[in-house]
Amino acid sequence: MGENRAEVPGCGGDSQPPCPDQVLENVLENVLRFLTSRRDRNAVSLVCKSWYLAEALTRSELFIGNCYAVSARRATERFRRVNSVVLKGKPRFADFSLMPLIWGAHFTPWLTAFAAAYPWLEKIHLKRMSITDDDLAQISHSFPHFKELTLVCCDGFGTSGLAILASKCRQLRVLDLIEDEVEDDDVVDWLSCFPDNGTCLESLSFDCVELPINFDALERLVARSPNLKQLRLNQFVSIGQLYRLIVRAPQLTHLGTGSFSPPESWVPGEQEPDYRAAFAACSSLVYLSGFREIVPDYLPAIYPVCGNLTSLNFSYANLNAEELKAVVCHCYKLQTLWVLDTVRDEGLEAVATTCKDLTELRVFPIDAREDSEGFVSEVGLIAIAEGCRKLQSILYFCQRMTNAAVIAMSEKCHDLVVFRLCIMGRHRPDHLTNEPMDEGFGAIVMNCKKLTRLAVSGLLTDRAFGYIGKYGNSVRTLSIAFAGDSDMALKYVLEGCSNLQKLEIRDSPFGDSALRAGLHHYYNMRFLWMSSCKITLEGSREISKALPQLVVEVFRSGLAAVRDEDEFVDTLYMYRSLEGPRNDAPTHVRIL
Amino acid sequence: MDRPKICERRDLNLKATELRLGLPGMDEPENQSTSCTARSNKRPSPEVAEDCGSWTNNSRICDADRDGEVQDRTPPAKSQIVGWPPLRSYRKNNLPKKSTDDGGGLYVKVSMDGAPYLRKIDLRVYKSYPQLLVALETLFKVTVAQYSEMDGFNGSDYAPTYVDKDGDWMLLGDVPWKMFVSSCKRLRIMRSSEAKGLSCQ
Repeated sequence: MGENRAEVPGCGGDSQPPCPDQVLENVLENVLRFLTSRRDRNAVSLVCKSWYLAEALTRSELFIGNCYAVSARRATERFRRVNSVVLKGKPRFADFSLMPLIWGAHFTPWLTAFAAAYPWLEKIHLKRMSITDDDLAQISHSFPHFKELTLVCCDGFGTSGLAILASKCRQLRVLDLIEDEVEDDDVVDWLSCFPDNGTCLESLSFDCVELPINFDALERLVARSPNLKQLRLNQFVSIGQLYRLIVRAPQLTHLGTGSFSPPESWVPGEQEPDYRAAFAACSSLVYLSGFREIVPDYLPAIYPVCGNLTSLNFSYANLNAEELKAVVCHCYKLQTLWVLDTVRDEGLEAVATTCKDLTELRVFPIDAREDSEGFVSEVGLIAIAEGCRKLQSILYFCQRMTNAAVIAMSEKCHDLVVFRLCIMGRHRPDHLTNEPMDEGFGAIVMNCKKLTRLAVSGLLTDRAFGYIGKYGNSVRTLSIAFAGDSDMALKYVLEGCSNLQKLEIRDSPFGDSALRAGLHHYYNMRFLWMSSCKITLEGSREISKALPQLVVEVFRSGLAAVRDEDEFVDTLYMYRSLEGPRNDAPTHVRIL
Repeated sequence: MDRPKICERRDLNLKATELRLGLPGMDEPENQSTSCTARSNKRPSPEVAEDCGSWTNNSRICDADRDGEVQDRTPPAKSQIVGWPPLRSYRKNNLPKKSTDDGGGLYVKVSMDGAPYLRKIDLRVYKSYPQLLVALETLFKVTVAQYSEMDGFNGSDYAPTYVDKDGDWMLLGDVPWKMFVSSCKRLRIMRSSEAKGLSCQ
């Protein structure tokens, strides 16, 4: 695909050595090929025009953080040699039903452009985009070398699209469907559609496909996929079926175990296979997830692999402290752990005792309501802080928390990059002192110098945001809900956090005056989301006029349009864009 | 966007490697927006601290009975707020059932007519009625059978019944398994003769 520059006409033909400028360009391009970080590449492209061109020709992975920030045409015109694309669409609050059902983020126009510009395309990774079955068919037709499809939190497609992809993409190595909403109107046996004579599959994840599967087809597929290393099953695979798969694929490194329980038709007392031996044979297993309908009696089967595990996802498993302890006491290499709060503080204490290399912990609530009984508290958090000093990322749902515990974590876990604490009851103070949670979050931003992502909760006054503005210089993503007393809180953040890129706020008393405080910074951000705050339509219009390259969208959660007479705006979503207002917005989304 | 020919490029060379303040992607320096001057120079006026509780005017609240309708109103204490706590709906919809007591099993008492003892079993261990029946037979050493229109109690002496959360005595097998597990409060293995009364309802 490369141009042979020595043969460019006008240079006197092949007999002449290449001109010095040309040599420099060749050198530059060859050096730039090694540059993979997109931030570095963005910096390189700003040096001078020649470097801009060279960088554009050597960028092979295209990352678009907001599909509306730039058009497909502009992107494909600048970057000519892309073989891998990452595209992100809706903002994160769409996951929590805060967006109208119909909003946008369609993959089709991008696909059309890619099909024309990058026929050699190998990888597509989408997050929060809508992709249809027709799009999946189009991928199969347009890209003969297509190898990897990863869809995270996407929707719009079903099993018929998967069937086409499976049958036509002969070089497919990766098909990872992660937390997508898969249409279920029409159930096609897509697992039977992979090529009969063998596949190149290395990773197949379909835990989110909530439809029964043809197990025999899956078993045959695994048998003819010798490179398969990662397999994540859905809950329609029983433990007996899981057994049959893993004995055929002991080379697996990542396994999503499906239901991890016997099928409904099983009768107790029936002869069962040696699950433990089957797991013991999987000596390369480092990741386990699934356990969607776990019967804890079967847990001992995984003990043989616990010593090698680096990642364990029990976030769909109702396990108590004893059951978790029995597993985790073997997992001394564990780096990532996701659990439900049913394991209680006691379970977390056990984790803290054994898992000294833990870098990521997520504790989800089994009962996700504000007034539910929480099963973990500051006790668990302190235990983790003291035991897991290498912690980098934490997501913790609870009902009771104290400033002291959060401060302790800030002091012991210096490597914290992501701190997300969700005290589920709104406006809850420190349950021992009754003080707001200001000091705790303040300590996090003060002490954790590597912090880039922060989510706050509980009772918070403007003081907390004063701390964040003053010390949170490295914060790039900030989530605020039901917090703050006044506009000052948001002003502190917008004026202080110079690296802020993504700001999502809901139900907090911030108005137009606070919004204006960020005018100097909005072009540096990927987006700002504010819902159920005190922003007026007029205030939003002002921002839109002041910053012409900011797209300012206002909408409600339902399908009712925003009217001119509305004083307050339900939701404001704004983002920088080189293209101006998008032309695919539905009528209930108003672009100012 | 093909490269210009070498001889032409000699003339443009300086421009290609020129360092300047404009973005190299454009031919003309981009007209930087005057956004920095648009920032308000006024002192922010002191805001009266809002009572957090009144905040809910704009929040979208839905009724706890989950009828799917979203209505705006100030919430009573225990209403659910849309999208809070922030858990993806995929995860929310796929959580395992919480147990009623200790976070582990779902234990219910089982008695049998004529037997001087009670047992407790964990309903969560079983996935279906046949499995449960086998377990009951093992526990009490009797044959227990579900009622069916055709066979009655299938010749067995005992029939399994349960009390649901409304306090009603029900025959086992009336409702789908999962519904049974979530509503069963107590099991009782009755003599078939007495259970016939139940089956006529």
